[in-house]
Amino acid sequence: MLTGLLTEALVVSAFLFVVGTFGVLVRRNAIIMFLCIELQLNAVNLSFVALSRALGIEGQLYVFFVMTVAAAEAAVGLAIIISIFRHYETVNVNNFNLLKW
Amino acid sequence: MELDFSSQAHYFLALLPEIVLTVFGMIVLVTGVWNKEGEGKAGSESLGAWALVGIVIAAGANGWLYGVTQTGGEGMVVIDRFRLFANWIFLLAGALCVLISLAYITRQRIQAGEVYALMLFAVVGMMVMAGTENLIVLFLGLEVMSISIYALAAINRRDRKSAEAGLKYFLLGAFSTGFFLYGIALTYGATGTTDIEGISQAIRTGSAAGPLLAFGIAFLAIGFGFKVAAVPFHMWTPDVYEGAPAPVTAFMATGVKAAAFLAFLRVFMVAFPQVPDDWFPIFWWLAAITMVAANLIALVQSNVKRMLAYSSIAHGGYLIVGVVAANQMASGAMLFYLLIYTLMNIGAFAVVISVAYQGEDRLQIEDYAGFGWQQPLLGVFLTVFLLSLAGFPGTGGFIGKIFLLQGALDAELWTLAIVLVLATLVSYWYYLRVAWYMWMREASAPDAHASVFTPLSMRVALFGAAGLILFLGIFPSAFGFLDFVQSSVDSLFGAAAAVVQVAP
Repeated sequence: MLTGLLTEALVVSAFLFVVGTFGVLVRRNAIIMFLCIELQLNAVNLSFVALSRALGIEGQLYVFFVMTVAAAEAAVGLAIIISIFRHYETVNVNNFNLLKW
Repeated sequence: MELDFSSQAHYFLALLPEIVLTVFGMIVLVTGVWNKEGEGKAGSESLGAWALVGIVIAAGANGWLYGVTQTGGEGMVVIDRFRLFANWIFLLAGALCVLISLAYITRQRIQAGEVYALMLFAVVGMMVMAGTENLIVLFLGLEVMSISIYALAAINRRDRKSAEAGLKYFLLGAFSTGFFLYGIALTYGATGTTDIEGISQAIRTGSAAGPLLAFGIAFLAIGFGFKVAAVPFHMWTPDVYEGAPAPVTAFMATGVKAAAFLAFLRVFMVAFPQVPDDWFPIFWWLAAITMVAANLIALVQSNVKRMLAYSSIAHGGYLIVGVVAANQMASGAMLFYLLIYTLMNIGAFAVVISVAYQGEDRLQIEDYAGFGWQQPLLGVFLTVFLLSLAGFPGTGGFIGKIFLLQGALDAELWTLAIVLVLATLVSYWYYLRVAWYMWMREASAPDAHASVFTPLSMRVALFGAAGLILFLGIFPSAFGFLDFVQSSVDSLFGAAAAVVQVAP
């Protein structure tokens, strides 16, 4: 089943996912953390596209679902970041300390 | 009626409760924007009433679906009794949360239209999650629910804490979505399908790629752990529950948790019963650590909202035992427990909102001193909810725990059963501490609780929740309710489970 460039594509996608995960864990700027989450989602998209070469067209279809959901998430997420920026004048999550985190 | 999906209309009928709620959500949203005077009391409460009407009609549609049989057609959404029972839980959570938030929304001057619309959309997401047979649709439902809840957590724009809770929930929620989605992709890669029946079939026929599947299941489990706040993944929970507006917290602690549990119960019972080695140890440890850690941390909390947050994590731990047990008894027990948990947790939050003057003012445990004697009715209600959360005999929480234990013992999970009992005993301390403050401590002033304000809608919710908890606690099998619950999980343990017994 694993033919062609499939393995390579899956490895790249896993690598991108790990980069995104580390980004979320290491960076403290809310916008950068959000970008890293988007990187994770796009790593998954790459997996879907690669797998769809072997498994049929559904994989490419799922990419559209994921992109739509990511766009909706971006809209709500950026609105939340703006709303917290109005209170704190910063988007660094280390400064948000009313709650204990 | 019989749905064979020969015409387009059958698809709409199969999704009737979801469609009704979506339509009402849009009506509430547009009406809320339309009437700018809706900031006033009457406007905001009429929007809440519209949301309730939507929920009642959706409940009617849900009841109607019991008379419908599905023939043919490989749908992504199934009509089975499991989905319909799950819908009852979500509709109940939605209705109770609307009832307890009416006065809060008005007092805090929050945009009512947005709150109720988002609540209805979140309920739709939950219904899709529990009713689907396809991982991608499960993902869509999860996101419809989660995105609504991100916005709900941050809905009070004047409150710093609310914004902070929203950001934290959003970042960690989206992060966990990434894991969950990667799990779907890997499972799809391993089995060639996202249909959970199809996955089960691919595993049975041996065409699934082992290592990919193991990774896929592990990632799905991580995403699941975040959503139900199991302990290594619980960091966001106390902060978010403390910072979010209290009615939203009640909704998050019950509806979201129930949806995640029911959706994943279906996934793991139907799709992965043949590969228990891939997920049994993960969930075993999640359950054990969650029960122990959450109960221990809850002991030292002085903020009641935060204490209830840890309590909800602990209840998540008890429920994971039901997933680990993976038998019909335990799954039925989870349905029963989630129903009771929804009632008692929303009830407890309702009293907390009331004590906090329909706001976020008095949340420390000292603020409850002497509360019971000055507000006897509310005091008795809170005591009932706390006793039920603790699992006292005579309450629904006790019966739920007994069934969970029964399921765990049937699956021979001796250690987990012992941990569950011990954790329950530990939890008595922090639940009863609130009751002790309420009845045994002197109030700071003779009129300390005089301005506690409980509107009619909240009293209706409290009476309903407390009445059901006590009734189900004393007569659990009245009207054949237990058989009804048990038969609701039949569809999860059909042919697939009969072929290979899940040996833990």
